[in-house]
Amino acid sequence: MITTTAIESTAELTEQERAQAARLEAVWREPTGFWGWFKAVHHTTIGKRYAVTAFGFFLLAGLLAGGMRLQLAFPEAHILSNDLYNQFFTMHGSTMMFLFAVPMMFEAMSVYLVPLMVGTRNIAFPRLNAYSYYLYLFGGLMFYVAFACNTGADRGWFSYVPLAGPDYGPGKRPDFWAQLITFTEVSGLAVAVETIVTVFKLRAPGMSLNRIPIFVWGQVVVAFMVIFSLPGVVLSSTMLLMDRTCNTQFFNPAAGGDVLLYQHLFWWFGHPEVYIIFIPGAAIISTIVTSFSRRHVFGYLVLVLSLVATGFMAFGLWVHHMFATGIPQIAESYFTAASMVIAIPTGAQVFCWIATIATGKVVLKTPMWWAIGFFFVFIMGGMTGMFVASVPVDLQVHDTYFVVAHFHYVLIGGAVFPLFGAITYWFPKVTGRMLNETLGQLTFWLFFIGFNITFFPMHLVGIRGMPRRVYTYQPNMGWTTLNQVESLGYVLLFLAVCVLLVNVSRSLRSGAIAGPNPWNAGTLEWATSSPPPQYNFLHLPTVNGREALWDAAPNQPIVAGLPDDARSFLITRTLDAEPEGRDEFPGPTIWPFLAAVATSIAFIGSIFTPWGITIGAIPVAITMIGWFWPERQPAQRRRAREIWQSE
Amino acid sequence: MAERVERPVLDVSRLPTVGFGSRSITWWGIMGMMAIEGTVFVLMIASYFYLHSRNSEWPPHRNPPDLLWGTVNLVLFLISVVPSEWYRRRARKGDLRAVQIGLVLVSLFGIGNVIVRYFELWHLNTDWSIDAYGSAVWTLMGLHVLHLLTDLVDTIVLTVIFFTPLVEGKRFQDAEENAAYWYFVVGFWIPIYLVIYWAPRWLHA
Amino acid sequence: MILFHVPGFRGNQTSLNPVGPGAEHIEFEFALIFWITVIVYCIVLIALVVYVVRRRHSLNIMPEPIRTTPESDRRARHAVGAAMVVTVLLVFTMLIGSFVSGHALGKMNRQSAYTIDVYGHQWWWEVHYPNDEPDKTVVTANEIHVPMGVPLRIHGTSRDVIHSFWAPNVQGKRDLMPGYDTDVMMQIDQPGRWRGQCAEYCGEQHAHMSFYMVAEPAQQFQQWLAQQAAASVSPSSPQVTRGQQVFLSHACVMCHTIRGTPAGSRVGPDLTHLASRSTIAAGVLPNTIGNLGGWILNAQSIKPGCRMPPNHMTGTELQDLLAYLETLK
Repeated sequence: MITTTAIESTAELTEQERAQAARLEAVWREPTGFWGWFKAVHHTTIGKRYAVTAFGFFLLAGLLAGGMRLQLAFPEAHILSNDLYNQFFTMHGSTMMFLFAVPMMFEAMSVYLVPLMVGTRNIAFPRLNAYSYYLYLFGGLMFYVAFACNTGADRGWFSYVPLAGPDYGPGKRPDFWAQLITFTEVSGLAVAVETIVTVFKLRAPGMSLNRIPIFVWGQVVVAFMVIFSLPGVVLSSTMLLMDRTCNTQFFNPAAGGDVLLYQHLFWWFGHPEVYIIFIPGAAIISTIVTSFSRRHVFGYLVLVLSLVATGFMAFGLWVHHMFATGIPQIAESYFTAASMVIAIPTGAQVFCWIATIATGKVVLKTPMWWAIGFFFVFIMGGMTGMFVASVPVDLQVHDTYFVVAHFHYVLIGGAVFPLFGAITYWFPKVTGRMLNETLGQLTFWLFFIGFNITFFPMHLVGIRGMPRRVYTYQPNMGWTTLNQVESLGYVLLFLAVCVLLVNVSRSLRSGAIAGPNPWNAGTLEWATSSPPPQYNFLHLPTVNGREALWDAAPNQPIVAGLPDDARSFLITRTLDAEPEGRDEFPGPTIWPFLAAVATSIAFIGSIFTPWGITIGAIPVAITMIGWFWPERQPAQRRRAREIWQSE
Repeated sequence: MAERVERPVLDVSRLPTVGFGSRSITWWGIMGMMAIEGTVFVLMIASYFYLHSRNSEWPPHRNPPDLLWGTVNLVLFLISVVPSEWYRRRARKGDLRAVQIGLVLVSLFGIGNVIVRYFELWHLNTDWSIDAYGSAVWTLMGLHVLHLLTDLVDTIVLTVIFFTPLVEGKRFQDAEENAAYWYFVVGFWIPIYLVIYWAPRWLHA
Repeated sequence: MILFHVPGFRGNQTSLNPVGPGAEHIEFEFALIFWITVIVYCIVLIALVVYVVRRRHSLNIMPEPIRTTPESDRRARHAVGAAMVVTVLLVFTMLIGSFVSGHALGKMNRQSAYTIDVYGHQWWWEVHYPNDEPDKTVVTANEIHVPMGVPLRIHGTSRDVIHSFWAPNVQGKRDLMPGYDTDVMMQIDQPGRWRGQCAEYCGEQHAHMSFYMVAEPAQQFQQWLAQQAAASVSPSSPQVTRGQQVFLSHACVMCHTIRGTPAGSRVGPDLTHLASRSTIAAGVLPNTIGNLGGWILNAQSIKPGCRMPPNHMTGTELQDLLAYLETLK
């Protein structure tokens, strides 16, 4: 028996616990100083870096959107040249998809929150995690440095061939785009594997499959989707790069190649991608609705199954981006059906959330406002989704501003609204301080109103025939007023984000102290102090219900017996989370950073010469060997007290 | 919230620190990698057949790859499974000598595979830049070469480690998982071999 | 029946003002989905707002969580179940509507259809009216005259990158892709000039790649076709003759055809009957003498990145050239 408090907070520890905390602190401390920054491997450190970097890219892409709105506010305007505009929308789309949405909704969220929510001390494969972050960062920097040198990608975020191919995409612009994909996919895949292993093997004892928080379920589903969908874009972008630099002929119709092969491979990834972005959003909404309706979520099983079903179905409808290419009737019917039927699990989730609200006690704090905004915006996007799912209607609205409106409602509604909710919700956990409630609600209203003014008219202008990706339009088309309204809406969105930034910077300095669990929420990340110590939990928790803190018994057991002179962790069984082993996380090291530098040189080199990859592989191999080479002292320590699994 | 309670303890100090298969988290990591790379292989094979469906002649205007070296490599790969499986099982028992011998043998097999692969590449009867067929064949081959080389380097490094004083339980886990990854490389050679060497012959008829 | 339409859209480039059976079938499905989704959206959000207001709780503290049981959730379970059933039914209604429209689109008669070939270029449309006698094949650009009330088979492909042929009042869009031959059936029942535009991003001047479908009575169409089939008129005045020489001695001949003269290159639009077209540069400018002059001298200032190079010529040369081009009715 150990005497402790229900929620850990350093002020109330016993003498014994303080000594233990000091030992853990010594083992888990991240290195300091300049070089220390490059050695950090704790998931909270890397998770924060992911979040800040992804938010930085969000701001950049948002500024690019401002440039586009300025250009489109007037017909036949010359504020941006056509060349610059084409770069702007390509950079905007590619950044939002590859450098913001996935890294933020999946990587940042998963890396920071999942280990805390399942009650362990770090993410599985922490060095791989650090490596994945540096690759993501370097990929994004490369992309923007190229843009600053007038080599910004300009072939659209899906860079179709032959437009992006060797014959019609001169210069190096499409190559930088293709390599951006390589960078971000490596980091996404790494985090996917880490997430799955963390959730499958590192959960707190007692957190059986049917007690995993819905947020964590969402990230697991996304991780699997990443694993099976990203290879599609791995192949398409590699083939594109090889066609451009090594003279392969994959997409050249004159040499037996085929332009649609690219689209099939791209959308094999590209459609699941939409759900990769939306599922974490839905999972955040489940979390916020639960905490702010003050009850266990209604229909836990339905919600989990909906997420899983969405994950599966997302792979069955990639062709719905290709209806206009002329698909055989039977395939058309199948893909229309698949695209519409996916509305059913989404509908099920919406009804469960409303039922949770209808039977709970609703507390209207900022995160809940964002959840309510999500309902208004995302459901609208889902509804317009029915239009694009129907082949005949899609043939009219495809590639028009109607679709631009549709996917902004889906993606901003389904990801950015939940994200802003999540920022207000988890900010106290990450920083230890609360965000200001008034400024938070001001942000919400500015953003909500600005969003609708910007994007609702796009439906109308699309139906009036305005195609997407045009850098200008003629004055007599009847599109001018609507475009001007949209551009005005952008101003509100801009202000909303400014207010958010002000709120964050004020709170970082002088926000109210949050305490471990300011929302009185139920999941495990609230069971430790805010911000969490680098060992996450003084006592590894055990779990007795879906909302670990709400359902905890008065004398809920804690885990003991893990050596605190190493970064120990507990391995539990996948299904029932019964403890089955112990292991150690590796500590901080410079190698992942060096390996990421070597990998980046190889990737960027291969833009200029096919030898980039071949010769570049040597430093990559050397740094990887350095990374995996065992260290003597820990090896000896471990060997001294090894217990082998009994066969 | 600050009231103190006596909390019972779940003592985990007797749990094993060295587990194999699904008890080892690196095993799960390797499984994840295989799932990713397997999907790449499957999509690439699908692309091969997609391109075939868009061409009236396959291979266009030339002979399919010569069978000899590819088949030799297939046989070599299959035989290598024997020492590999042997050291994998011994690794679970912590048999240092057996793992050392097994790793050396599998490294030698891997080097043999790479040498044979070199001759294979000379007898594909196509170039990657001639047409889409050539590009697809070379890319499939290239993907497999990449995995072969990665695993070979991995195996050699592990072999070296097994002759140092750094050996501990974790390294036996590594050895076991290295064998599993080798099966992945061998396993995917079978469909790729069929696609590269036999598909043109069957589709042509 | 109001339900068969979505009110409020006029204009010559909108799918909700259909002028042929293709766009009409689609508009039917559009309206079906529109009304279903509008009603569902309103019901769901009203329910949400009502519950939020009714269940609202004090802002100052986070109350202790409610204990729920399967018993206490029974009503909610029934309500969610019912909502799911309705959702499934509505999804299938829209799905069946989609199949019906798709089927109707597929039924248009291919046999009796009049065939027109369309080729996408960066950034203009090449239009052929095939004829069994090759010298009667009509080649024009960016302006597609069609007979009214006749099924049309638009057959097309691309000469470079992927484009998408889209005249929303007439029919849904169809991609024109290198390596693929595409066929799309359509028909126009109302006379008029229906505007269309490339709908697949195709590079620098994707924004300026429009065309017109000009629907006219069959007889008028045949007259137009006969006139287009003829070779260009011979110069009838000294200035026009000089203008023709300017054309033939400058870079123009490198890319353009004027049937009846030595100019026969197919890189750019066929200019044999340029003056009969109402716009230039793929719908960018009205076909006036001033615009044409500006276009010839420096197309890059009008449509940056387009394939037409700037041309250096004296004022007189330009005057002569324009006079010649004006005669190409």
